[in-house]
Amino acid sequence: MSDISTTPRYVVTTHTTASRIAATGAVILFLVLVMVPFFAGRGLIQDLFFILTMLVLAQFWNLLAGYGGLVSIGQQAFVGMGAYAMFGGVILAGMDPIPAILLGGVAAFLVAIPTAFFAFRLQGPYFAIGTWVIAEVMRLIMAQVKALGGGTGTSLPRSATREMWATEWIAGMLDVRNSAARDILTYWLALLLAAATIAGIYWLLRSKRGLALSAVRDNPEAAKSVGVDAGRMKWLVFLTSAFGTGLAGALIYVQKARISPDAAFSVTDWTAYVLFIVIIGGIGTIEGPIIGVIIFFLLQALLADYGTWYLFTLGIIGIVVMLFAPRGVWGLISDKTGIQLFPVRRRLSGGTLGEE
Amino acid sequence: MSILSLKTVSKSFGSLKVTDDVSFEVPEGQALGIIGPNGAGKSTLFNLITGNLTADAGTIRFQDQDVTRVPAMQRCFAGVGRSFQIPQPFDHLTVFENLLVAASHGRALDEHEVEADCARILEQTELLPVANKPAGGLSLLQRKRLEMARALATDPKLLLLDEIAGGLTDAECVALIDTIRSVHARGVTIIWIEHVLHALTSVVERLLVLDFGKIIGIGDPEDIMSRPEVKEIYLGIEV
Repeated sequence: MSDISTTPRYVVTTHTTASRIAATGAVILFLVLVMVPFFAGRGLIQDLFFILTMLVLAQFWNLLAGYGGLVSIGQQAFVGMGAYAMFGGVILAGMDPIPAILLGGVAAFLVAIPTAFFAFRLQGPYFAIGTWVIAEVMRLIMAQVKALGGGTGTSLPRSATREMWATEWIAGMLDVRNSAARDILTYWLALLLAAATIAGIYWLLRSKRGLALSAVRDNPEAAKSVGVDAGRMKWLVFLTSAFGTGLAGALIYVQKARISPDAAFSVTDWTAYVLFIVIIGGIGTIEGPIIGVIIFFLLQALLADYGTWYLFTLGIIGIVVMLFAPRGVWGLISDKTGIQLFPVRRRLSGGTLGEE
Repeated sequence: MSILSLKTVSKSFGSLKVTDDVSFEVPEGQALGIIGPNGAGKSTLFNLITGNLTADAGTIRFQDQDVTRVPAMQRCFAGVGRSFQIPQPFDHLTVFENLLVAASHGRALDEHEVEADCARILEQTELLPVANKPAGGLSLLQRKRLEMARALATDPKLLLLDEIAGGLTDAECVALIDTIRSVHARGVTIIWIEHVLHALTSVVERLLVLDFGKIIGIGDPEDIMSRPEVKEIYLGIEV
């Protein structure tokens, strides 16, 4: 053993040159995206809204499955509950749809508590199936709520959408119609939610809890033996992810302004597509879902007219990526170039190691 | 004063009793070796001490506190560190991060407070050259070293080593023994399960023999190894 008092001090770094450039790029991109409604048409804003909300759902599923090891296929439960809570707030309590989005997040958080209580008793594939079953139960329950349209669903009252917070101000400022102003408002909120989600997850992963989360995913028994509260970590990611997914669900349905149980609790729309995005992009990285959502959007734009063939193609691409690039497109890029835009690795240098 | 005491501890899996009425004490600062044939219940005994398994009956006391029902995480906080028989690294974390998670959570400190200590343990266990490599890609010796390094990172008062020398070459074994000796010299109590008897007896001061979940002897290593019943169990194994 060498005497470390005579050797240079050890240094731990997480940032890389690429990450510093990426951080500057992300701020510029965010500002450009904020400005988009000033020069772009309604079609582009709706497309960006779709990309951003899917990105939020993908980041939260990635947090759950890629970092927490909790492979849920019941995320539609929280999209649906978030959306229905927002509708409930507007239709039953007379709230404005914008603050009612928060109600969506809270409702998803609350239903996640009993969901986790039951689902955490299941392991691996049983957990996955269990979460799906719970989501189906929620769909069936919401279909019984006549005040929110029962099985056929309902729409947001015209008065609520017309008088929605800030729409009149946006309509005046950008000289657009009320319906276009609503799209711009929901787009800005989606941009804010996506930025906050990425920043929040990145902050979590760089913290002591992030390390613990990776340890629990890799080996729960060993994690417990070194003082990690594995149970608490699972609750933390499950509830956080439910809250964020609920917010996204509520926001998506403010923009759609019409809800039905089949659509709001759709396993295809809110879980299968999300899984595809994360797997194609690269599970267990923040960059993966960003790349994945862009690929997903481009494929949808190219293949949307081909009906069943579209889904068939998505499935084939998903299988091919899982077989030949299990770490996704970002995994390939990162392996080839060594670039990490959101590095979470703690690199040791200095001391007897020298500069790495 | 004993740091660990087990009183009539039992554990069964279905109808199979794997720990049968086990009682012993370990004085603070001692190195105790545990031997016994495969399936004797050695690793189960470790799991009961660390809290990865809960005893069906009996009492386990650590530093005069009853920890029989205390979960593994809390026992780690109290000062129980362990290595696993089959190395269980956090594959996707680097070697340094494996230690960081153990040191920061096991001691309930911030990461920056334990970084220097983790680097020191990496030096001590000769893992520094692979500090920034993902643990999933390590060799067997490196994995065994990581098991011990990660346990040391939690700053244990009692270190449980489970077949840490198994599968190593003689030279690797000698290096590992040196490391264990230096840890023991710092006053850390050690309980070591091992089949490589020359390695074990070069470190431990007392030996416990387990067979079918029961203690069949405990005491001075030379005395224990000369007993006929121990020789019979170890027939065919070079002593």
